[in-house]
Amino acid sequence: MEAFTTFKGIGIPIDIINCDTDQIIPARFLRRDRTDPEMPSFLWHDLRENPDFIFNKAPFDKGKVVVADINWGCGSSREGAVYALNANGIRAVIAPSFGDIHYNNCLKWGVLPVRLSRDDCDKLRQQLHDEPGAEIAFDLDAQSATGPDGATYSFEIDPFDKYRMLNGLDDYGVTREYDAQFDAFEATHKAEYDWLYGKA
Amino acid sequence: MAGKTLFQKIWDNHVVVARDDGKTLLYVDRQLLPDWQHRAFDALVDQGRTVRKPKQNFAMPDHSVPTTVTTVEEITEDVMRVPVEELARHSKNFGVVHFDLTDERHGIVHVVGPEQGITLPGLIVVCGDSHTSTNGALGCIAFGIGTSEVEHVLATQTIWQEMPKQMRINIEGELGYGVTAKDVILAVIGKIGTAGGTGYAIEFAGSAISAMSMEGRMTMSNMTIEAGARFGLMPVDDKAIDYVKGRPYAPTGEKWEQAVTAWRNLQSDEDASFDREVTLDASEIAPMVSWGTSPQDVIQVTGNVPDPAQEGDSDRKADIASSLEYMDLQAGMPMTDIKVDKVFVGACTNARIEDLRAAAAVAKGRKAQVETLIVPGSGLVKKQAEAEGLDTIFIEAGMEWRQPGCSMCCALNGDIVGSGERVAATNNRNFRGRQGPGSRTHLVSPTMAVAASVTGRITDVRKLMEEA
Repeated sequence: MEAFTTFKGIGIPIDIINCDTDQIIPARFLRRDRTDPEMPSFLWHDLRENPDFIFNKAPFDKGKVVVADINWGCGSSREGAVYALNANGIRAVIAPSFGDIHYNNCLKWGVLPVRLSRDDCDKLRQQLHDEPGAEIAFDLDAQSATGPDGATYSFEIDPFDKYRMLNGLDDYGVTREYDAQFDAFEATHKAEYDWLYGKA
Repeated sequence: MAGKTLFQKIWDNHVVVARDDGKTLLYVDRQLLPDWQHRAFDALVDQGRTVRKPKQNFAMPDHSVPTTVTTVEEITEDVMRVPVEELARHSKNFGVVHFDLTDERHGIVHVVGPEQGITLPGLIVVCGDSHTSTNGALGCIAFGIGTSEVEHVLATQTIWQEMPKQMRINIEGELGYGVTAKDVILAVIGKIGTAGGTGYAIEFAGSAISAMSMEGRMTMSNMTIEAGARFGLMPVDDKAIDYVKGRPYAPTGEKWEQAVTAWRNLQSDEDASFDREVTLDASEIAPMVSWGTSPQDVIQVTGNVPDPAQEGDSDRKADIASSLEYMDLQAGMPMTDIKVDKVFVGACTNARIEDLRAAAAVAKGRKAQVETLIVPGSGLVKKQAEAEGLDTIFIEAGMEWRQPGCSMCCALNGDIVGSGERVAATNNRNFRGRQGPGSRTHLVSPTMAVAASVTGRITDVRKLMEEA
């Protein structure tokens, strides 16, 4: 995963509530590899069939930050939803709430998921509509986002996830630091739940 | 010290590391691997990593497989054949357990997990598929994860998690005539909404749950993710223990006795505390149908399509109007006026033997008015259904009896709903374009799906059942 420290990009207002991951990337495109050269075109693929969809219009088509509405990324666990965002250079999504699995997937791939209040998200989206091309900036270490009018917004992020994103690390390296604990756990777990391993 | 919820008990038994920052490294007892997760193995290869505990990982083709073939050689489309081949190749190289297309044990992962006794009470079960919650019906922590997490589990047999909030949903009373587990969970989602369970582990309880069969409980747990909750647990009781007994991967002999002793403790303590509790009266639930493009857009079959003009909340108003436009429905029209073009009985929600028996009971002596696919959830479900003559009933009714797989639920295998076509389906999602670009899904129970098939429109199945 590419490290995320600071980032700035044109904001794309997505006014859809409960925007599920089928809308973000239809299932048939999940067959493609994450690095497929066509991956950028899979983002909101079927929504884009409507010429009025925001991502079809300049300057939003060059947007790198999504500002969404409630329950962004609900539904299927498909990590392709994040690949499609990444492939378009989108490194941050601001929403009042996220589907749990999608939120986690974002954190694994260096897309910063930022929870702000619904009022703040509504306000930001309106600003982006009023001023197409306006940018939103992020400072992960400071846990701060800056809107088009210079207003700053603090956001929460789990310290472990923050550390990994700042350093571009995946979980694996950290997990392997706990090999001794894993072995100790298995020894006890097997002793107590011996019946579990009978057929393995 | 306060009592623990069922979830907390299982969690506490699986903690490898509990960090101060709240992240916990949990031991994963079982991982299920559908075909589309073959890419997780590709990543392992790229990173030079291996599978830590091969025999705790169970792979089988389901999402991509055409329901008209029995061997991989018959799959003509690359996009469908490659995931099946790759899953087989990686399984062999890494030594994970694999049920291939010719193995009668194969099928939809969340049908096969419980069926084979791979899923057991008290375990932590993960899978790169959001409907992993299904397995929670057996009293275990089972949840969907993304591909990166699948890779992590393959490589370490652990996963980092934060303890979710705890919710209990009580379903009290008796279900009415013709009302099924599918109707109950649709009613639950209608009540708490598509994000009502986000951040929570849901435990179901109450007299209606105790009375429910294990397969009914799986249907309910299956759809908890549609209410936002990754976890949908049911307490362990005699029914759960009887269900598990004798299954191929379940313990036997003395180990069985030890397991049962441990499992008897798998209920929430009397003094456990939940962050939220919701109660539904089972007797008020009727056969349900979805009308819109979210699983929360549900109504009793006796109801009418909602009217955005009547809706006070401005979000809901706009959402309803937009959904009606996509679904090509008129505000206020009776649900039973809605004609369908296709019917699908299948998917991890409703493709088990009880679902097929119930469906066959409505199909018997009647004729499909529209193309109708009946897709069993596994090779063993198919075999059982055939032994009971259910396939003959479906075929005589003019319905198509297919091979096991996820099929039309996600439409990745050639079983697709055309643009503008309306389908009555037993799967779990009615999102725009889910079953094919432009497709229009109405979520229903298996009996309601067959009722729609034999009348050509959304129908109150209770009327058909009374006629019989």
